[in-house]
Amino acid sequence: MKKALKAAFPYTIPIFAGFWFIGLTYGIYMNVLGFSFWYPFIMSLTIFAGSLEFVAANLMLSVFNPLQVLLITLMIQARHLFYGISMLDKYKNKGIKKWYLIFGMCDETFSINYTANIPKDVDESWFLFWVTALNHFYWVSGATLGGILGSLIQFNTTGLDFVMTAMFVVIFLEQWLKEKKHWTALIGICCSIICLLLFKADNFMIPTMIAILCMLTLFRKPIEKEGGFS
Amino acid sequence: MTITQQIMTIAICVIGTMATRFLPFLVFSSQKPTPQYIQYLGKALPCAIFGMLVVYCLKNVSLFNAPYGIPEAISIIVVILLHIWKRQMLLSIAGGTICYMVLIQMIFL
Repeated sequence: MKKALKAAFPYTIPIFAGFWFIGLTYGIYMNVLGFSFWYPFIMSLTIFAGSLEFVAANLMLSVFNPLQVLLITLMIQARHLFYGISMLDKYKNKGIKKWYLIFGMCDETFSINYTANIPKDVDESWFLFWVTALNHFYWVSGATLGGILGSLIQFNTTGLDFVMTAMFVVIFLEQWLKEKKHWTALIGICCSIICLLLFKADNFMIPTMIAILCMLTLFRKPIEKEGGFS
Repeated sequence: MTITQQIMTIAICVIGTMATRFLPFLVFSSQKPTPQYIQYLGKALPCAIFGMLVVYCLKNVSLFNAPYGIPEAISIIVVILLHIWKRQMLLSIAGGTICYMVLIQMIFL
Protein backbone atom coordinates (compact mmCIF):
# COMPACT_ATOMS: atom_id res chain seq x y z
CA MET A 1 0.00 0.00 0.00
CA LYS A 2 2.80 2.42 0.92
CA LYS A 3 4.82 1.18 -2.03
CA ALA A 4 1.88 1.84 -4.32
CA LEU A 5 1.61 5.40 -3.02
CA LYS A 6 5.31 5.94 -3.72
CA ALA A 7 4.89 4.57 -7.24
CA ALA A 8 1.70 6.54 -7.93
CA PHE A 9 2.77 9.96 -6.62
CA PRO A 10 5.23 10.94 -9.40
CA TYR A 11 2.55 10.31 -12.01
CA THR A 12 0.27 12.81 -10.30
CA ILE A 13 2.72 15.74 -9.98
CA PRO A 14 1.67 17.42 -13.25
CA ILE A 15 -1.96 16.95 -12.23
CA PHE A 16 -1.13 18.60 -8.90
CA ALA A 17 0.10 21.72 -10.70
CA GLY A 18 -2.84 21.74 -13.07
CA PHE A 19 -5.52 21.02 -10.50
CA TRP A 20 -4.20 23.58 -8.07
CA PHE A 21 -4.10 26.26 -10.73
CA ILE A 22 -7.53 25.48 -12.16
CA GLY A 23 -8.93 24.48 -8.73
CA LEU A 24 -7.74 27.72 -7.12
CA THR A 25 -9.11 29.66 -10.04
CA TYR A 26 -12.38 27.79 -9.79
CA GLY A 27 -12.61 28.59 -6.07
CA ILE A 28 -11.80 32.26 -6.69
CA TYR A 29 -14.26 32.27 -9.59
CA MET A 30 -16.99 30.96 -7.27
CA ASN A 31 -16.02 33.63 -4.76
CA VAL A 32 -16.27 36.33 -7.43
CA LEU A 33 -19.73 35.03 -8.33
CA GLY A 34 -20.71 35.45 -4.68
CA PHE A 35 -20.63 31.84 -3.42
CA SER A 36 -19.04 30.95 -0.06
CA PHE A 37 -16.12 28.49 -0.01
CA TRP A 38 -18.51 25.71 1.01
CA TYR A 39 -19.80 25.61 -2.56
CA PRO A 40 -16.48 24.86 -4.28
CA PHE A 41 -15.61 22.47 -1.43
CA ILE A 42 -18.80 20.42 -1.70
CA MET A 43 -19.02 20.62 -5.49
CA SER A 44 -15.40 19.60 -6.06
CA LEU A 45 -15.75 16.77 -3.54
CA THR A 46 -18.98 15.33 -4.92
CA ILE A 47 -19.03 16.21 -8.63
CA PHE A 48 -15.25 16.02 -9.18
CA ALA A 49 -15.36 17.13 -12.81
CA GLY A 50 -13.72 20.44 -13.68
CA SER A 51 -15.60 21.67 -16.70
CA LEU A 52 -19.04 20.77 -15.36
CA GLU A 53 -18.36 22.55 -12.08
CA PHE A 54 -17.70 25.82 -13.89
CA VAL A 55 -20.88 25.34 -15.91
CA ALA A 56 -22.84 24.37 -12.77
CA ALA A 57 -21.76 27.63 -11.12
CA ASN A 58 -23.32 29.53 -14.00
CA LEU A 59 -26.44 27.37 -13.93
CA MET A 60 -26.92 28.18 -10.25
CA LEU A 61 -27.05 31.86 -11.12
CA SER A 62 -29.84 31.44 -13.66
CA VAL A 63 -33.42 30.23 -13.34
CA PHE A 64 -33.84 26.75 -11.78
CA ASN A 65 -34.34 24.22 -14.56
CA PRO A 66 -33.65 20.63 -13.43
CA LEU A 67 -34.18 19.06 -16.85
CA GLN A 68 -31.69 21.45 -18.44
CA VAL A 69 -29.17 20.77 -15.66
CA LEU A 70 -29.51 17.02 -16.19
CA LEU A 71 -29.22 17.26 -19.97
CA ILE A 72 -26.20 19.56 -19.81
CA THR A 73 -24.59 17.26 -17.24
CA LEU A 74 -25.19 14.18 -19.38
CA MET A 75 -23.98 15.94 -22.55
CA ILE A 76 -20.79 17.28 -20.93
CA GLN A 77 -20.10 14.03 -19.12
CA ALA A 78 -21.12 11.60 -21.85
CA ARG A 79 -17.45 10.98 -22.64
CA HIS A 80 -17.10 9.20 -19.29
CA LEU A 81 -19.22 6.39 -20.69
CA PHE A 82 -16.33 5.59 -22.97
CA TYR A 83 -13.69 5.89 -20.29
CA GLY A 84 -15.78 3.31 -18.46
CA ILE A 85 -15.86 1.04 -21.46
CA SER A 86 -12.06 1.31 -21.75
CA MET A 87 -11.63 0.52 -18.05
CA LEU A 88 -14.02 -2.46 -17.84
CA ASP A 89 -11.11 -4.91 -17.66
CA LYS A 90 -8.71 -2.87 -15.57
CA TYR A 91 -11.21 -2.04 -12.82
CA LYS A 92 -12.56 -5.60 -12.71
CA ASN A 93 -11.88 -7.58 -9.51
CA LYS A 94 -10.75 -4.54 -7.54
CA GLY A 95 -13.17 -5.31 -4.70
CA ILE A 96 -14.58 -2.41 -2.75
CA LYS A 97 -12.00 0.01 -4.22
CA LYS A 98 -13.66 -0.43 -7.61
CA TRP A 99 -16.56 1.83 -6.62
CA TYR A 100 -14.27 4.67 -5.61
CA LEU A 101 -12.16 4.23 -8.74
CA ILE A 102 -15.25 4.64 -10.91
CA PHE A 103 -16.55 7.55 -8.82
CA GLY A 104 -13.25 9.41 -9.21
CA MET A 105 -12.71 8.69 -12.90
CA CYS A 106 -12.19 12.25 -14.22
CA ASP A 107 -10.34 12.90 -17.48
CA GLU A 108 -6.91 13.15 -15.87
CA THR A 109 -7.29 10.16 -13.53
CA PHE A 110 -8.54 8.06 -16.42
CA SER A 111 -5.59 9.10 -18.57
CA ILE A 112 -3.01 8.13 -15.93
CA ASN A 113 -4.69 4.95 -14.79
CA TYR A 114 -5.21 3.84 -18.36
CA THR A 115 -1.65 4.52 -19.53
CA ALA A 116 0.65 4.19 -16.49
CA ASN A 117 3.17 1.37 -16.40
CA ILE A 118 2.62 -0.09 -12.96
CA PRO A 119 5.74 -1.84 -11.58
CA LYS A 120 5.34 -5.59 -11.19
CA ASP A 121 6.02 -5.56 -7.44
CA VAL A 122 3.36 -2.92 -6.75
CA ASP A 123 -0.23 -3.80 -5.91
CA GLU A 124 -2.22 -2.65 -8.94
CA SER A 125 -5.45 -1.88 -7.12
CA TRP A 126 -3.67 0.31 -4.57
CA PHE A 127 -1.78 2.12 -7.34
CA LEU A 128 -5.04 2.93 -9.17
CA PHE A 129 -6.59 3.94 -5.87
CA TRP A 130 -3.78 6.36 -4.95
CA VAL A 131 -3.76 8.05 -8.35
CA THR A 132 -7.51 8.61 -8.02
CA ALA A 133 -7.34 9.75 -4.40
CA LEU A 134 -4.37 12.10 -4.88
CA ASN A 135 -6.02 13.79 -7.86
CA HIS A 136 -9.27 14.07 -5.95
CA PHE A 137 -7.39 15.61 -3.00
CA TYR A 138 -5.56 18.15 -5.22
CA TRP A 139 -8.78 19.25 -6.82
CA VAL A 140 -10.80 19.60 -3.61
CA SER A 141 -7.98 21.37 -1.71
CA GLY A 142 -7.30 23.75 -4.61
CA ALA A 143 -10.95 24.63 -5.09
CA THR A 144 -11.57 25.10 -1.36
CA LEU A 145 -8.44 27.23 -0.86
CA GLY A 146 -9.46 29.36 -3.81
CA GLY A 147 -12.89 29.79 -2.27
CA ILE A 148 -11.39 30.83 1.07
CA LEU A 149 -8.61 33.04 -0.31
CA GLY A 150 -10.87 34.58 -2.93
CA SER A 151 -12.08 37.19 -0.45
CA LEU A 152 -8.52 37.99 0.65
CA ILE A 153 -7.18 38.53 -2.82
CA GLN A 154 -6.31 42.19 -3.26
CA PHE A 155 -5.89 42.58 -6.99
CA ASN A 156 -8.76 43.42 -9.31
CA THR A 157 -10.32 40.15 -10.46
CA THR A 158 -12.55 41.64 -13.17
CA GLY A 159 -12.27 39.35 -16.16
CA LEU A 160 -10.95 36.33 -14.24
CA ASP A 161 -14.02 34.42 -15.40
CA PHE A 162 -12.39 34.32 -18.81
CA VAL A 163 -10.36 31.38 -17.49
CA MET A 164 -13.37 29.16 -18.27
CA THR A 165 -13.52 30.34 -21.86
CA ALA A 166 -9.75 29.91 -22.20
CA MET A 167 -9.96 26.38 -20.79
CA PHE A 168 -12.61 25.31 -23.27
CA VAL A 169 -10.80 26.98 -26.15
CA VAL A 170 -7.70 24.94 -25.22
CA ILE A 171 -9.64 21.68 -24.88
CA PHE A 172 -11.42 22.38 -28.16
CA LEU A 173 -8.13 23.24 -29.86
CA GLU A 174 -6.49 20.05 -28.53
CA GLN A 175 -9.31 18.00 -30.08
CA TRP A 176 -9.11 20.03 -33.28
CA LEU A 177 -5.37 19.46 -33.63
CA LYS A 178 -5.78 15.74 -33.04
CA GLU A 179 -8.44 15.32 -35.72
CA LYS A 180 -7.69 15.08 -39.39
CA LYS A 181 -11.17 16.24 -40.42
CA HIS A 182 -13.23 18.70 -38.44
CA TRP A 183 -16.82 17.71 -39.19
CA THR A 184 -17.89 17.18 -35.60
CA ALA A 185 -16.16 20.32 -34.30
CA LEU A 186 -17.83 22.41 -36.99
CA ILE A 187 -21.20 20.79 -36.30
CA GLY A 188 -20.81 21.75 -32.63
CA ILE A 189 -19.83 25.36 -33.37
CA CYS A 190 -22.40 25.92 -36.14
CA CYS A 191 -25.36 24.37 -34.31
CA SER A 192 -24.50 26.44 -31.23
CA ILE A 193 -24.19 29.74 -33.07
CA ILE A 194 -27.36 29.19 -35.12
CA CYS A 195 -29.33 28.18 -32.01
CA LEU A 196 -27.88 31.11 -30.04
CA LEU A 197 -29.11 33.51 -32.73
CA LEU A 198 -32.52 31.80 -32.92
CA PHE A 199 -33.22 31.10 -29.24
CA LYS A 200 -31.07 33.77 -27.45
CA ALA A 201 -28.58 33.29 -24.63
CA ASP A 202 -30.86 31.84 -21.95
CA ASN A 203 -32.59 29.14 -24.01
CA PHE A 204 -30.22 27.91 -26.65
CA MET A 205 -28.50 24.96 -24.96
CA ILE A 206 -31.20 22.29 -25.27
CA PRO A 207 -32.01 23.09 -28.93
CA THR A 208 -28.26 23.04 -29.60
CA MET A 209 -27.83 19.63 -28.00
CA ILE A 210 -30.77 18.17 -29.94
CA ALA A 211 -29.44 19.72 -33.17
CA ILE A 212 -25.98 18.24 -32.56
CA LEU A 213 -27.41 14.75 -31.92
CA CYS A 214 -29.57 15.01 -35.06
CA MET A 215 -26.68 16.18 -37.22
CA LEU A 216 -24.35 13.49 -35.91
CA THR A 217 -26.99 10.83 -36.50
CA LEU A 218 -27.96 12.18 -39.93
CA PHE A 219 -24.38 12.42 -41.16
CA ARG A 220 -23.13 9.30 -39.45
CA LYS A 221 -22.07 7.60 -42.68
CA PRO A 222 -19.86 10.40 -44.08
CA ILE A 223 -18.52 11.30 -40.61
CA GLU A 224 -17.56 7.70 -39.87
CA LYS A 225 -16.01 7.37 -43.29
CA GLU A 226 -14.11 10.66 -43.31
CA GLY A 227 -14.33 11.91 -39.76
CA GLY A 228 -10.64 11.31 -39.21
CA PHE A 229 -11.12 10.55 -35.54
CA SER A 230 -7.93 10.31 -33.56
CA MET B 1 -32.33 30.34 -6.94
CA THR B 2 -33.17 29.22 -3.39
CA ILE B 3 -30.75 27.12 -1.33
CA THR B 4 -32.94 24.03 -1.91
CA GLN B 5 -32.81 24.61 -5.66
CA GLN B 6 -29.03 25.03 -5.45
CA ILE B 7 -28.70 21.74 -3.54
CA MET B 8 -30.91 20.05 -6.12
CA THR B 9 -28.83 21.49 -8.96
CA ILE B 10 -25.63 20.13 -7.40
CA ALA B 11 -27.31 16.78 -6.68
CA ILE B 12 -28.43 16.48 -10.30
CA CYS B 13 -24.87 17.23 -11.44
CA VAL B 14 -23.57 14.49 -9.13
CA ILE B 15 -26.22 11.97 -10.19
CA GLY B 16 -25.76 12.76 -13.90
CA THR B 17 -21.96 12.52 -13.61
CA MET B 18 -22.09 9.28 -11.66
CA ALA B 19 -24.58 7.84 -14.14
CA THR B 20 -22.10 8.41 -16.97
CA ARG B 21 -19.19 7.00 -14.96
CA PHE B 22 -20.97 3.92 -13.61
CA LEU B 23 -23.30 2.96 -16.45
CA PRO B 24 -20.77 1.08 -18.61
CA PHE B 25 -19.77 -1.04 -15.62
CA LEU B 26 -23.40 -1.86 -14.91
CA VAL B 27 -24.41 -2.51 -18.53
CA PHE B 28 -21.33 -4.19 -19.98
CA SER B 29 -20.36 -6.35 -17.08
CA SER B 30 -20.70 -9.42 -19.27
CA GLN B 31 -18.92 -10.12 -22.54
CA LYS B 32 -21.53 -8.31 -24.69
CA PRO B 33 -19.99 -6.13 -27.44
CA THR B 34 -20.72 -2.38 -27.37
CA PRO B 35 -23.35 -1.28 -29.95
CA GLN B 36 -21.85 0.40 -33.00
CA TYR B 37 -23.98 3.55 -32.71
CA ILE B 38 -22.84 4.19 -29.12
CA GLN B 39 -19.22 3.66 -30.10
CA TYR B 40 -19.71 6.18 -32.90
CA LEU B 41 -21.32 8.80 -30.63
CA GLY B 42 -18.48 8.41 -28.17
CA LYS B 43 -16.03 9.43 -30.83
CA ALA B 44 -18.16 12.09 -32.52
CA LEU B 45 -19.75 13.88 -29.57
CA PRO B 46 -16.80 15.27 -27.56
CA CYS B 47 -15.50 17.66 -30.21
CA ALA B 48 -19.00 18.96 -30.97
CA ILE B 49 -19.62 19.45 -27.25
CA PHE B 50 -16.40 21.38 -26.70
CA GLY B 51 -17.33 23.60 -29.64
CA MET B 52 -20.70 24.16 -28.00
CA LEU B 53 -19.07 25.00 -24.68
CA VAL B 54 -16.86 27.66 -26.26
CA VAL B 55 -19.98 29.30 -27.71
CA TYR B 56 -21.73 28.85 -24.34
CA CYS B 57 -18.97 30.81 -22.58
CA LEU B 58 -19.32 33.64 -25.08
CA LYS B 59 -23.12 33.71 -25.18
CA ASN B 60 -23.42 37.06 -23.39
CA VAL B 61 -20.86 38.87 -25.54
CA SER B 62 -22.55 41.58 -27.59
CA LEU B 63 -21.15 42.21 -31.04
CA PHE B 64 -23.35 45.28 -31.54
CA ASN B 65 -22.41 47.30 -28.44
CA ALA B 66 -18.99 48.54 -27.30
CA PRO B 67 -16.50 46.92 -27.00
CA TYR B 68 -18.00 44.69 -29.71
CA GLY B 69 -16.42 41.48 -28.42
CA ILE B 70 -12.95 42.77 -29.28
CA PRO B 71 -11.32 41.87 -25.90
CA GLU B 72 -12.73 38.34 -26.17
CA ALA B 73 -11.55 37.96 -29.76
CA ILE B 74 -8.02 39.19 -28.97
CA SER B 75 -7.72 36.98 -25.88
CA ILE B 76 -8.95 33.88 -27.71
CA ILE B 77 -6.38 34.52 -30.44
CA VAL B 78 -3.71 34.80 -27.70
CA VAL B 79 -4.85 31.46 -26.22
CA ILE B 80 -4.71 29.78 -29.63
CA LEU B 81 -1.30 31.22 -30.57
CA LEU B 82 0.21 30.37 -27.16
CA HIS B 83 -1.17 26.87 -27.39
CA ILE B 84 0.04 26.23 -30.93
CA TRP B 85 3.44 27.66 -29.98
CA LYS B 86 4.11 25.85 -26.67
CA ARG B 87 1.31 23.27 -26.41
CA GLN B 88 1.25 23.88 -22.62
CA MET B 89 -2.34 23.83 -21.42
CA LEU B 90 -1.71 25.84 -18.24
CA LEU B 91 0.39 28.47 -20.02
CA SER B 92 -2.25 28.99 -22.70
CA ILE B 93 -5.07 29.30 -20.17
CA ALA B 94 -3.09 31.64 -17.88
CA GLY B 95 -1.79 33.76 -20.75
CA GLY B 96 -5.22 34.24 -22.32
CA THR B 97 -6.87 35.03 -19.00
CA ILE B 98 -4.23 37.58 -17.98
CA CYS B 99 -4.47 39.16 -21.44
CA TYR B 100 -8.26 39.44 -21.09
CA MET B 101 -8.01 40.92 -17.59
CA VAL B 102 -5.48 43.55 -18.73
CA LEU B 103 -7.63 44.41 -21.75
CA ILE B 104 -10.88 44.97 -19.88
CA GLN B 105 -9.33 46.54 -16.80
CA MET B 106 -6.98 48.97 -18.54
CA ILE B 107 -7.84 49.39 -22.18
CA PHE B 108 -11.51 48.69 -22.92
CA LEU B 109 -12.95 50.49 -19.91
